[in-house]
Amino acid sequence: MRCTRCRAKAEVQLRAHNAAFCRACFLLVFRRQVERAIVAERMFTRDERVLVAVSGGKDSLALWDVLVHLGYDATGLYLGLGIGTYSDRSHEKAAAFARARNLPLRIVDLAATGPGLAVPAVAAATRRAPCAACGTMKRHHFDAAALEGGFPVLATGHNLDDEAARLLGNVLGWRRDHLARQRPVLLPSHPKFVRKVKPLHLVSEYETAVYAFMRGIDYIVEECPNAAGATQLAHKDALDRIEAASPGTKLRFVKEFLRSGRQAFAVGDDEPPRACERCGMPSYGASCSFCRLLGEVERRRAPAGCA
Amino acid sequence: MRVHLRPQQRTVELAGRRSVGRLLADLGILPGTAMVIRGDVLLTEGEMVEENDELEVRAVVSGGTA
Repeated sequence: MRCTRCRAKAEVQLRAHNAAFCRACFLLVFRRQVERAIVAERMFTRDERVLVAVSGGKDSLALWDVLVHLGYDATGLYLGLGIGTYSDRSHEKAAAFARARNLPLRIVDLAATGPGLAVPAVAAATRRAPCAACGTMKRHHFDAAALEGGFPVLATGHNLDDEAARLLGNVLGWRRDHLARQRPVLLPSHPKFVRKVKPLHLVSEYETAVYAFMRGIDYIVEECPNAAGATQLAHKDALDRIEAASPGTKLRFVKEFLRSGRQAFAVGDDEPPRACERCGMPSYGASCSFCRLLGEVERRRAPAGCA
Repeated sequence: MRVHLRPQQRTVELAGRRSVGRLLADLGILPGTAMVIRGDVLLTEGEMVEENDELEVRAVVSGGTA
């Protein structure tokens, strides 16, 4: 198989694009795709400081690598979730990546921050699915870290497969409010929120894995132990089967939703968030979802008989 | 050939020459969900792999949001 661009021997085949590329051309094309998404969606400029949420996995490290290569001012943010040896290994991958490239990395250890609660403790106390507790906690700490560091933008490594699986889940449940909010750029609705962007939203996780491999990025290949049985993986598996039969389906599903589907679910401006009465961060109720989660932990941990 | 599966941390031995696409199908892996690596090079589906090859098949799927 030959490279679509230069006719050299191809190393990667992208069925969705009906194309194949050698290493040099793939790296070029991948970076162009990311840059195009950043510019087209007005995610950020080279004058802005970008905080990149990194997990030690392929997507977030590939994103950080691309942004630095494209000349953006990107700082890493690693959250220590406290998920046993998995967190230890992912922390080491993120730290080693930053060290080798002399890049700034901020680390927030959940067990040593604020109420000192890591994901397993919260999931166990609330009996919630670990991924649900983890998502709420990560969003809170991402906002807090960006605000504290004075970053106007937070970038995450969500890829096309993540977005397609999320879209499928939202459609299956007809979650109109979630569908209205599913987009690659989320503008801040409060001075304590920052712009949240997903520069990889149109590149598949196969492409990000190939990019990471070709760039020699040493990422954590093992899956989070809490992810087994997660709904998102079932949705990804269903989409992978459709994609195998009809290449390009995932890309069309997400692109067409963003181009013409999402507007059908858009509503007028929501009421702006107010300050959480407990932590002061933006909240759509008396307290934010993070503080509600912590409140639930405290209530369940309180000895019987306590009010 | 010896095929190391990641992240399963499992190795399987397979006899006979075949294409990468055939290899993935034999392993029950959908195209586009794993990279097939020989040494420091990725292989496309049409590439042939030989009896004495040592390969890594690395899954690319990640996630877990409930």
